[in-house]
Amino acid sequence: MANFAKSNVPRFSVDVYQNPYLPEHGREVNAIVTVTATGGGTRGRAGSLPLPGPPRGPVDAPRDRSQGTPPAAVVLMVDCSGSMDYPPAKMRNAREATRAAVDAVHDGVAFAVVAGTHTAKEVYPGGGRLALADAATRASAKEAVRRLTPGGGTAIGTWLRLADDLLASSDAAVRHGILLTDGRNEHEDPEALREALNACSGRFTCDARGVGTDWEVHEVTGIATALLGTADIVADPAGLATDFTGMMAAAMGKEIGDVALRLWTPQGAEIAFVKQVAPTVVDLTGRRAQAGPRAGDYPTGSWGDESRDYHVCVAVPPAAVGREMLAARVSLVRPRPGDAPEVLGQGLVRALWTDDGAASTALNAQVAHYTGQAELARVIQQGLDARRAGDEGGATAKLGRAVQLAAASGNGETAKLLAKVVDVVDVAAGTVRLKAKVAQADEMTLETRSTKTVRVKKTGN
Amino acid sequence: MRMPQHDRYSTCPSCAEPLEEGDLFCGGCGRDLAAPAPHAPAPPPTATPPAVPPPPAVPPAAPPPPGRPPRPAAPPAVPARRQAVPEPARTGASAVRTPTVPDFTLAPPDPGAARTDPAAAAAHSRPQDPDPAPASPPHTGPAPGAPDPRTGTAAPPAGPEPDAGRTGTCAGCGTGGFDADGYCEHCGHARPHGRDHLEQEVPGVAAASDRGLRHHRNEDAFAITTAPRPGTGPAVVAIVCDGVSSSSRPDEASAAAACAARDAMLDTLPRGVQPPHALHEALGVAARAVAALADARVDGGHNAPACTIVGSVVAEDVLTVGWVGDSRAYWVPEDRSAPAARLTEDDSWAAQMVAAGLMSEAEAFADPRAHAITGWLGADAEDVEPHTASFRPECPGVVVVCTDGLWNYAESAKDMADAVPGDARSRPLPAARQLVGHALRGGGHDNVTVAVIPFPATAPRAGSA
Repeated sequence: MANFAKSNVPRFSVDVYQNPYLPEHGREVNAIVTVTATGGGTRGRAGSLPLPGPPRGPVDAPRDRSQGTPPAAVVLMVDCSGSMDYPPAKMRNAREATRAAVDAVHDGVAFAVVAGTHTAKEVYPGGGRLALADAATRASAKEAVRRLTPGGGTAIGTWLRLADDLLASSDAAVRHGILLTDGRNEHEDPEALREALNACSGRFTCDARGVGTDWEVHEVTGIATALLGTADIVADPAGLATDFTGMMAAAMGKEIGDVALRLWTPQGAEIAFVKQVAPTVVDLTGRRAQAGPRAGDYPTGSWGDESRDYHVCVAVPPAAVGREMLAARVSLVRPRPGDAPEVLGQGLVRALWTDDGAASTALNAQVAHYTGQAELARVIQQGLDARRAGDEGGATAKLGRAVQLAAASGNGETAKLLAKVVDVVDVAAGTVRLKAKVAQADEMTLETRSTKTVRVKKTGN
Repeated sequence: MRMPQHDRYSTCPSCAEPLEEGDLFCGGCGRDLAAPAPHAPAPPPTATPPAVPPPPAVPPAAPPPPGRPPRPAAPPAVPARRQAVPEPARTGASAVRTPTVPDFTLAPPDPGAARTDPAAAAAHSRPQDPDPAPASPPHTGPAPGAPDPRTGTAAPPAGPEPDAGRTGTCAGCGTGGFDADGYCEHCGHARPHGRDHLEQEVPGVAAASDRGLRHHRNEDAFAITTAPRPGTGPAVVAIVCDGVSSSSRPDEASAAAACAARDAMLDTLPRGVQPPHALHEALGVAARAVAALADARVDGGHNAPACTIVGSVVAEDVLTVGWVGDSRAYWVPEDRSAPAARLTEDDSWAAQMVAAGLMSEAEAFADPRAHAITGWLGADAEDVEPHTASFRPECPGVVVVCTDGLWNYAESAKDMADAVPGDARSRPLPAARQLVGHALRGGGHDNVTVAVIPFPATAPRAGSA
């Protein structure tokens, strides 16, 4: 029996923003689903009871933190390939960052450090185990990290598989990896990395960082997307320690793992797409796992105190004007071995057919905003691809559209990054000129962060 | 659902979305513009109304009940008919439709008799009904033949969402049950709401209400009852309300108003208060009940809950109507050679324009604002002054009390009479059901609610039934 009086109990709330009105014969229903987890890391509501019946709105999510089970397990994967020595500051900074991250591991958390080259090697504690963090183990780990030296190639798939093996030895609720690379995945087939990602997907989450500018953006973002973590560039190795500390703090804030977004849809309905749209755009459509005859689960990884938005688009069978239908029931679920999954919260996406044209054509502000943010991410990628392919006209058009979208939606960070790649002539019209010289770091930063979105103020649904 | 008030017509009816400028029909008016034009053919502007009749010769009102000061604006025995129906309005609308019927008597089959001085008619006329008893005993409770499973609610429908806890199999797919949120677990269709279709009959009166074919919710409400009166036969009461779609929670407004008015009548009539006074008072109570619903925290940026109301009381040989807004009452004699009549005057923009002599009826009804109402119940209504009028029909018939969801499809008194079945007086529930069907067959663009009251009253005396 789960103890609901435990601390660190996150509560999930689900809010749906949509225009439920469809025209006669209309099929497509769009909704933005905002999922917010709160209460993690703070004292829970002692004595609160399990809610009877199907939970609605915020519910307590019990955590199994029985005696001896660490709340989280973390593996640090540090690139130790030969290129890390050019310049030598890179390896030095990576060591410092790793030591800072070790310092940020909370007491009682299981952890390990892996050195990555064309193969993966346990640095600490070794023996295929994880160490439980305390002052002594942290000190030993930092000492081991101090001895890391560069040399060898890069085969990231092997790093991930070792991390998976190590994390599998723990039954922690939250299992997380932090991966640092400075170069391309040159010493294994792309297929090997893809297979490793498939094998690890759903088993642990992983943040990925590229240091310097000699790595492949799509490799790093691909790791983060597949393993439901964050991706970023640390162009200046001096910034690594701060970044690692932040990443570890975020990992320590995760309170619940393996959470899935479950979509129930009525007979005859089709899911057009399911995307996370905040804080970053991640298309989850292809990652559905069937969960019963009319429901499917989409992975969301682990949650701390945070809020994410999802864009759900469902095509429902049309019904007569005046009819109302449940187009989708959106729930957050956590699997329980040998038991029905635990429902952490849920919301309803509705469809109402009307002959009122003003009602059915109205765009919900949230849906419109995130449709624009998703297009922004897409045109940045397309524009940079075109630029690399030498298609100046295509690049100018796409990046111009990106400038226009970023400004219109208030995505100031992305607008700033775009301004380092193009000269903006007219923001509103989206008129730009490609810069003749663009720093490699600026282009990689724009590409890596192109999926970052901004939220709009919620004004109702 | 009904037209928003004239100052609200920039938002839509069922969804409160903005409307297009010049959009003749949506007008959030529920009168979806594909509906038949609800206005009558333009009458010759020179049509002369009958002289303003003296006040109806209803029995003198009882003194106001203790604790309720008389309302100076509405002497009980002389309902505010003159204020309610400015002369030009009658010129344009009702007078032309019933040119030979004085306001306060309702003609027997021989139209000549209708010319009788109303006062004189009132003085001598006794109902000539040769068969005061209904041909068939009135139903009690819900109609046995109710064809729709949604009619399961027999309770007075004026309460909000009476379907709580209902289960069953989805009629849409025939497969799934309903989940806790009221949606089919198989096809996702919403379980019919408790107010989607309602029927009720009590001795002496029947009513039916339907969501219609175009709206997803029924924002109309009705309440029917009989009330004992000291020293005489019981009075039969019907109240019909239409929630203003552009307001917040219009369904709650209509339910609250219908309930409040019914309860007020059940309080005053047994104490001997005369029907005109009782009805006037009841509409005031309903107005306060709707106004009390307003809650800025719940209603957000929307207008306060609002609705129209029309009520009718049949007691002995007098029928009284009272209203605020554009829900209506019609008199339909059993002998169709006698003229039918509309008994109410809409509180609507078009009626006001015509009444003020600013526009012809044709011009007024062609205006996009035609159906905007100028009177309603709600916290934002100014100076709600219920209109009441009494009539002494000279032949048997029925009173049809309805929302615009019905009269849009039978606007003139003649069209309404044509839609009312010939046996309506003896079988009021089938008649109400058939009138709802008339609106649905016409398109059902709005919620439809109608009550049918046989005249003379057929409710048995208490204790003598």
